[in-house]
Amino acid sequence: MRPILLSGHERSLTQIRFNGDGDLLFSVSKDKIVCAWWSANGERLGTYNGHQGAVWTVDVSPNTVLLATGSADNTVRLWNIKTGECVKIWEFPTAVKRVAFSPDGSKLLAVTEKRMGFLGTIAVIDISYGENLGAQADEPSLRITCNESKATVAGWSFLSKYIIAGHEDGSVSQYDPKTGDQLANVQVHEFDMQINDIQFSPDRTYFITASKDKSAKLLSARELAILKTYPADTPLNSAAITPKKEYVILGGGQAAMDVTTTSARQGKFEARFYHKVFEDEIGRVRGHFGPLNTVDVHPAGTAYASGGEDGYVRIHHFDKPYFDFMYEVEREQMRK
Amino acid sequence: MAPSFEQLTEQDLHEEEEEEEIDFSDLKAQFEVKADEGLDTFVVIDGLPVVPEDSRQKLIKFLLRKLNTVGHTSEDAVFMPLNDKGMSEGFAFVEYETPEQAVAAVKQLHGVPLDKKHTLAVNKLMDIERYGREGRVEEEYQAPAVEPFKEKEHLRSWMGDSNARDQFALYRNDKVGVFWNNKSNPPENVVDRAHWTQLFVQWSPKGTFLASVHPQGVQLWGGSTFTKQKQFPHPFVQLIEFSPLEGYLTTWSARPIQVEEGQPVLTFEEDGKNIIVWDIESGKPLRSFVSHDLTAGPTPEGDVAPKKKVQWPAFKWSADEKYVARMLQGQSISIYEVPNMNLLGKTSVKIDGVNDFEWSPATVVREGIKQQEQLLCFWTPEIGSNPARVAMMSVPSKEIVRTRNLFNVSDVKLHWQSQGAYVCVKVDRHSKSKKSMATNLEIFRVREKGVPVEVVDSLKDTVINFAWEPNGSRFVVITTGEAPTGAAVPPKTAVSFFAPEKKGSSAGNFKLVRSIEKKTSNGIYWSPKGRFVIVATVHSQSNFDLDFWDMDFEGEKVEAEKDLAANLQLMKTVEHYGVTDVEWDPTGRYVVTSASVWTHSMENGWNLHTFSGNTLSENPTDKFKQFLWRPRPATFLSKEEQKQVRKNLREYSKEFDEEDKYAVDIANTAVVETRKRVLNEWLAWIRREKEIQAEEKDAFGLPEDADSPKQALDAPVGGTDEGETVVEEMVEEIIEETEEVIG
Repeated sequence: MRPILLSGHERSLTQIRFNGDGDLLFSVSKDKIVCAWWSANGERLGTYNGHQGAVWTVDVSPNTVLLATGSADNTVRLWNIKTGECVKIWEFPTAVKRVAFSPDGSKLLAVTEKRMGFLGTIAVIDISYGENLGAQADEPSLRITCNESKATVAGWSFLSKYIIAGHEDGSVSQYDPKTGDQLANVQVHEFDMQINDIQFSPDRTYFITASKDKSAKLLSARELAILKTYPADTPLNSAAITPKKEYVILGGGQAAMDVTTTSARQGKFEARFYHKVFEDEIGRVRGHFGPLNTVDVHPAGTAYASGGEDGYVRIHHFDKPYFDFMYEVEREQMRK
Repeated sequence: MAPSFEQLTEQDLHEEEEEEEIDFSDLKAQFEVKADEGLDTFVVIDGLPVVPEDSRQKLIKFLLRKLNTVGHTSEDAVFMPLNDKGMSEGFAFVEYETPEQAVAAVKQLHGVPLDKKHTLAVNKLMDIERYGREGRVEEEYQAPAVEPFKEKEHLRSWMGDSNARDQFALYRNDKVGVFWNNKSNPPENVVDRAHWTQLFVQWSPKGTFLASVHPQGVQLWGGSTFTKQKQFPHPFVQLIEFSPLEGYLTTWSARPIQVEEGQPVLTFEEDGKNIIVWDIESGKPLRSFVSHDLTAGPTPEGDVAPKKKVQWPAFKWSADEKYVARMLQGQSISIYEVPNMNLLGKTSVKIDGVNDFEWSPATVVREGIKQQEQLLCFWTPEIGSNPARVAMMSVPSKEIVRTRNLFNVSDVKLHWQSQGAYVCVKVDRHSKSKKSMATNLEIFRVREKGVPVEVVDSLKDTVINFAWEPNGSRFVVITTGEAPTGAAVPPKTAVSFFAPEKKGSSAGNFKLVRSIEKKTSNGIYWSPKGRFVIVATVHSQSNFDLDFWDMDFEGEKVEAEKDLAANLQLMKTVEHYGVTDVEWDPTGRYVVTSASVWTHSMENGWNLHTFSGNTLSENPTDKFKQFLWRPRPATFLSKEEQKQVRKNLREYSKEFDEEDKYAVDIANTAVVETRKRVLNEWLAWIRREKEIQAEEKDAFGLPEDADSPKQALDAPVGGTDEGETVVEEMVEEIIEETEEVIG
């Protein structure tokens, strides 16, 4: 498995996303630049310039027409993917830590930071795909305020039925995206261990959380029941569920602030593969020389990419053994 | 004396809590007396003869002689009341100068006979007031209730394991646990307790007790569930040492003990002392000592270490536990008889300049000697024109068995072989100019008549480590050259294996078997059963290799080493990053290498290997501190029985192999079964989730593929065509290749 090394950023990566077809990869970093890459060969398609601060988050609309980014300059920007122009800017009182399109692309959520007297919020914005892409609603249609612990990450469940948010205190909550009511809140990770990532399964019925408490958990979107737990020996920054094969990929490593005091040997800067059902660790991919901040999987399950504190994105296209590997019991199940 | 917290009973505390409507005049009465400090100097002497008034002065004078042995008092300070008949009452009040003297009088004069008929009973006046006041003493005698016999846990229950597994203690983070070793399977937990110890844990030498160390003292645990066994309340204890047969315990604390009144175990004897020798059986101190200051004696180099370092073990035990000895650096060795703790022969053995001593680890059977005594080896450096000296003393006769003079000595280390058959004296010598160093190994053959000494050819380099094979006659040394000053990397070391020549029944001369150059090794770890040895690089930043050696390889032998009692073979080399400790299990089957957070915080944890270096499991553990195998007591089998076992080993092992195989099979099936179950549960969950979702979609009237991106609301017409980008990828494919030879 030879990785393709994408060295287009000057500072650490914050998030990477494949588009719905998997032919494009979008990466954002603290260097304020948004990059688009061909996932097949790692060629850079272009950049989206305009943010005034570190870009924390990116998401692609399901039809690959619009790109949303959230930044430390307190804005969410909407870009025309094809032309690279910024079609809309929404201003927020604080930095935007996460944006996510709903499964049908009709809504966009933005998680804002708690700072300067403002509580953390999750804002929901209606998105339209008319002739003029700039014709978007000026104000969010809904604002959910997190009174207790601020949300760090959020995403949409199947049918946009729930908004699922991960919190700074290690809990996960479920909101109704129509009314903004909190339907449930479950302390799934150790208390006060921030949840750093939430990613959904292809059918969005379950999702994986990655936490500072050195574990990742698979939860059902409907009941927020813990289905699986994947223990690691390092704080985790990101986790992804692979389609096609029953794996999960976890990324993390020694916290960025401790990196200078620990050797690379101890940093544990590896992408870890676990079997989704059996919870066993089955492999690791090395390469980064800083913690992995973000991982994402190709929607077809043929490749994955990781972005690190070291400023590089590495795209790995899976080899045959990856697809061949199977537990004996799985093989039996197949034969039936 | 002011009431102190310790003196309050549980009941007192309880009563204070609900003080409102309670009449606590009785409490007041109790404490009121104690507040009156003036009575501290008074004692009451009871048990005196009843005398008429005129002979009272005579009695007082007679009594004063005794009273003044512990403090100062005078005739005026003794008050002996008379009754109506002009006779004394058989008691007297005495006032001492200080409360301390009064305490001493109680301690030392109580129960002392005055003459044949009378025995003194001495009590503090305040105690009499406190305990003897009316109502405090029951009028009728009530026999104390005898506690019903409680069966205690078997202290050696772990030896009864049907698979002869070994236990180990694991100290990590704040938790201490005891586990069964299950080879490559995860260890089985016996107990796991948070905050079980404050400093460290330690097994007793035969594995009976696990000691935990707290600011309040040492606590011993034992039995199948590790219940409390014994307590040794030595405040702020820092170091502990068991005697070899688990009869006694030595504890040390840097700060002198302050004994407070009400302490049930410690008495004023222990006040101001640092070291206590305890009797484990009774839990009582045998005797306490002030620790010697190590810097007191002049070191041979002449430079006195500025830092006070505790000499530990301060007390060294003879193999039979009958004697315990302590050295006063440069002056003498004090040998105490156990358990009465009196100096052997009432005096310490004066040895000018004595620098170190070691007991023989076993009682040695010496040729031509009928009365087998304990042996003690010590050495003295060069003093003036006198040569340095290594000598062996027999105890209790204090007779010097053998002595040897040495010259140009800078340091000496004494290494006893585990059975006491040999002592290797490692002598570091310097040249006349004191510029270059060399090491001599002088081996005393203790068992042979007259204790002959053999000098192993002098090694050019300095020896940094030496270890005898347990119960054997081979040894390993590690030497190193001079380190270039200021070099960042430690100098390379050489590992040398020595074995005796084959010569009849007794061991012949020691000869070098092989020397491995250019190593970084610094640690030697012999298997407790001998034969196998690990030579390792520990506490190093850059190297962490472990070489597993076999001294009796069952294969072809190198021609040059034919007449040596060894066949050396490197079995395996293993690396363990940051290794700090190597621990063999007591049977010599497994070995654990560990990296402790006490040394560094990189990749802490422990790895389990077989004796031959196959790694069975790796256990990275956060804040790992200590790994200790539980020692085993000596076997009950006689030599013949052991031989029998060895002979039939194949038979036995067949049985165990089968058991192992069966266990593996069972485990494998169990794993497969769980996996099957888990997978089926997962698939069922997915199916159910799909069904619910489909129902919901129906309810909302959404099409099947509502979530699909192509169905996105307001998607531009024909967006599917436009949105898709064609990635042109050039793929070269060789369809056919032909080769033509032209011409």
